[in-house]
Amino acid sequence: MGEGRAFVVAGVQVAVFRLRDGSLHATQAACPHAGGPLADGQTDVDVLVCPLHLYAYRWSDGGSSGPAGPLRLYPVRAVDGDLLVTA
Amino acid sequence: MAGMGGGDQRVLGGRPEGVTSLHVDDELDTRSRIVVVGNGMAGARFVEEVLDRGGDEQFCLTVFGDEPHGNYNRIMLSPVLAGESDEDEIVLNSHDWYADNGVILRAGVRVERIDTAAKQVHADDGSVTPYDHLVLATGSYSWVPPMAGVRRDDGSLLPGVHGFRTIDETRAMLEATGRCRRAVVMGGGLLGLEAARALQGHGLQVELVHAMPWLMNAQLSREAGAILEKSVEQLGITVHLDVLATEVLGDEHVEGVVLKDGRRLDCDLLVVAAGVRPHTDVAVRSGLEVERAIVVDDQLRTDDPDVYAIGECAQHRGSVYGLVAPAWEHAKVLADVLTGTDPDAEYHGSRTATKLKVAGVDVAVMGVSTPERDDDEFLVISEPKRGVHLSVVIRDDKLVGATLLGDTRKVAFLTQAFDRGAPLPEERIRLLVDLSDGAEEVGVAEMPAGSQVCNCNGVSKGDICGAVADGCGSVGAVMDRTRAGKGCGSCKSLVKQIVEWAADGDVAEDPAASWYVPGIPLAKPALMAAIREQDLRSVSAVFAALAPGGTEDARSKMGLTSLLKLIWGADFVPQKDGEFINDRVHANIQRDGTFSVVPQMKGGVTTPAQLRRIADVAEKYEVPMVKVTGGQRIDLLGVRKEDLPAMWSDLGMPSGYAYGKSMRTVKTCVGSDFCRFGLDDSTQLGIDLETRFQGIESPAKIKMAVVGCPRNCAEAYVKDVGVVAVGAGRWEIYVGGAAGATVRKGDLLATVSSGQEVMTLTGRFLQYYRENANWLERTYDFVPRVGLEAIREVLDDEAACAELDAGIQRSIDAYTDPWGQDAAEPATPGQFRPALPLVALPQVPVR
Ligand SMILES: Cc1cc2nc3c(=O)[nH]c(=O)nc-3n(C[C@H](O)[C@H](O)[C@H](O)COP(=O)(O)OP(=O)(O)OC[C@H]3O[C@@H](n4cnc5c(N)ncnc54)[C@H](O)[C@@H]3O)c2cc1C
Ligand code: HEM
Ligand code: SF4
Ligand code: FES
Repeated sequence: MGEGRAFVVAGVQVAVFRLRDGSLHATQAACPHAGGPLADGQTDVDVLVCPLHLYAYRWSDGGSSGPAGPLRLYPVRAVDGDLLVTA
Repeated sequence: MAGMGGGDQRVLGGRPEGVTSLHVDDELDTRSRIVVVGNGMAGARFVEEVLDRGGDEQFCLTVFGDEPHGNYNRIMLSPVLAGESDEDEIVLNSHDWYADNGVILRAGVRVERIDTAAKQVHADDGSVTPYDHLVLATGSYSWVPPMAGVRRDDGSLLPGVHGFRTIDETRAMLEATGRCRRAVVMGGGLLGLEAARALQGHGLQVELVHAMPWLMNAQLSREAGAILEKSVEQLGITVHLDVLATEVLGDEHVEGVVLKDGRRLDCDLLVVAAGVRPHTDVAVRSGLEVERAIVVDDQLRTDDPDVYAIGECAQHRGSVYGLVAPAWEHAKVLADVLTGTDPDAEYHGSRTATKLKVAGVDVAVMGVSTPERDDDEFLVISEPKRGVHLSVVIRDDKLVGATLLGDTRKVAFLTQAFDRGAPLPEERIRLLVDLSDGAEEVGVAEMPAGSQVCNCNGVSKGDICGAVADGCGSVGAVMDRTRAGKGCGSCKSLVKQIVEWAADGDVAEDPAASWYVPGIPLAKPALMAAIREQDLRSVSAVFAALAPGGTEDARSKMGLTSLLKLIWGADFVPQKDGEFINDRVHANIQRDGTFSVVPQMKGGVTTPAQLRRIADVAEKYEVPMVKVTGGQRIDLLGVRKEDLPAMWSDLGMPSGYAYGKSMRTVKTCVGSDFCRFGLDDSTQLGIDLETRFQGIESPAKIKMAVVGCPRNCAEAYVKDVGVVAVGAGRWEIYVGGAAGATVRKGDLLATVSSGQEVMTLTGRFLQYYRENANWLERTYDFVPRVGLEAIREVLDDEAACAELDAGIQRSIDAYTDPWGQDAAEPATPGQFRPALPLVALPQVPVR
């Protein structure tokens, strides 16, 4: 809940998050700023905060409040207990 | 791959995709049409001024902007580049604002030519837009001096070469700071100095090349320039004066520049800030009269009666301005003329008085910088050591110029004397310094109502007082109403003083400033009370009960977790997503996503067996670096997340809490057991302190030390809590010391006569700090803020002490070693999963 996990999907690293409101999100796993591990970041319903320099990226469009980004977002949904990420 | 190259393409002040606005069919609109070319500081302000005069009834407004963004504050690009401002903070008018006000914004569309005979504007998207009145506000662009190799064959700049004028250029430079190490900045004027300072702040090595013999030669005299140069060099920026750059090296990307004298400066980032040139291409192509810029009369009209020019692209009575204040005056006058509010309004030129902060140095300049006539009076005070240079030029008893560098306290009075020709004191020196016997500095109370406070927006003290009288209750409200402080921002502190004076101290503070965490609108005491009353034991429970709309906020979670642990001790309900990654895996995250492991080593004392075990573990897990830390223990760096639990079991030592906002370590010296100077057993007391307070979470980290005599070998004077043996069983306790980015000697809280008392008093102080400090406020800020006296008073109050004792005991009782706990069984199934599965970690070379 609210935490992220990283997976490799078709050779690409993807970080997947289940938020406290139940929604699922998937993003590129490495932060566009300096490659920070985003799955280790903190979340709320609006943003994901990178653990290295605390840049915040919006779930809505991947944009950030700072100069880095945008973050690549992937559609993700749960199918029979599995997560399906599409590029 | 995302992340590389390109940078951010986000539209500043933009709207979500797919949102469009309808507007009335042109045929049905009977209003006359104003078309503005250029959506910068002048163009957008002109639109605002027209709307302010009710002009939307008369006019249909269309604005063309080359940049895709809404209108933003160009002046504030310097703080954005320095990382001090967020780019969202500098938006003046978003795309929505234009839509809401019925203004048609054609953002991202460049105007190519005007057909003044047909009264039509031709743009690069092929569109043709008719107008009744046309306003050119095209501003300027960074001029790139001719240098071999600076452009590629297609005319574009060599990658790595940037101008400094737009948000896109600023973003590109910011993006480059992550990859680049050495920057050369060309140009020692305002922009070059600001860019150099910002880049240097990002850790780049910066060299500044200026073609003229001294810095800011357009504004400063040679002497003042030399003093500024010293201040700039002290920042660590190398300055090369009086030399041109002739060639730019590099085929694919800039590698360096060659100076005229043959020297070569290597760099991977080149910023060109060698001046600006007005954007006159559209005017030239359309047959308007252009000299240095587009020539206008006193009503900002060009030689075509329906075409006007304002801002930096306009040349009025021979002057072209490079500051925002004249541009905004143009906007006002033209709005008066066109809306008919004052059809005879005229612009007669600006006397530019500028107050700036250049590379961290305060500068104020007005009028001439040196005497020009034989009978001009010239007064100079020069203190190179302090970086201060003040001068005034007086002609016929009137102030005609002033330069203040490094000390701008007298700027209010001087600006007024310069603007209005106010009488000058007989003793001219009083213009520059306050003599102790005479009238003191012009405080805000004595400032005449007419004196100008915000130069950018032309706001006087009277305007500010008026806003307060009209009911603006906070500094922010006054700034919104009058626009004071909304240009370069250098007048903000003066605005604040005046508002406070005018409101007689009855000013609302920005409420958010007092909140403990940004997502919950409560100050710490109220937040703690609410948590206790409503029995909120988890981070999500706090959000649900106390956050506006129950919305959680990622940036608030870490602070809340810490506060809840403080309040509830063992009864706290942990939630992994409430914790920062360091706390989730009990290790310190490193730049490549690996972690560092620091086992506890109480008082910095270890044993051969312990060392052997650490050595075995380091070899077994191929730890790339083993380092003795500043906190007297051993750090294993570059550990993969998935290896953490096994390492902890193999080590069999408790966590040293090197990662948390918590009590970290107690350093000790060898004390009376071994040291020939030792007055008491500092080692044992240190071990006892660390045992008692290990892992205690707090608003910020806590470092302690105990030394056996005032020689202070373990640096106790500069710790959050430092204990010094003074002999005869007595110990001094210092609090609020620091030896990090801030260096501060601790304040002597008390002298006590036993180790037991040290333990008790330390516990009380820590608990008082934990309950009252702001989130992330170290003791070195906390102690001076609340004052040593206030802390002593609390520690003298028996009832208060009993509560403090109970509070700290609750946290001590809740202590468990996180390594022992989570090594056996992870707290959540994914706790130790790699976060970058394809990256081979560690990425650090093994030493
Ligand atoms: C980093 C920085 C710091 C500064 N600091 C200060 C300061 O502290 N104090 C101060 O007074 N001034 C400062 N200035 C100067 C100030 O920003 C300018 O004086 C002001 O922006 C001028 O306004 P303008 O509208 O004339 O030009 P701009 O703000 O440059 O606006 C012109 C706009 O027109 C657009 N445009 C150009 N040609 C076309 C076309 N053909 N079609 C469509 N659109 C077009 C451009 O893209 C641009 O958006 C600073 C400038 C910079 C870059
Ligand atoms: C606008 C805000 C910020 C900008 C533009 C910024 C930019 C940068 C850049 C360019 C680097 C160099 C990265 C590299 O060389 O790989 C860096 C490193 C760093 N930044 Fe930031 N940063 C910002 C905010 C912060 C904040 C808020 C913190 C801390 C809370 C922080 C802590 C660090 C640290 C510790 C490093 C060194 C990382 C390392 O070497 O492991 N930064 N930052
Ligand atoms: S602080 Fe004093 S007692 Fe401790 S090691 Fe240094 S000299 Fe010896
Ligand atoms: S790596 Fe994500 S903010 Fe720096």
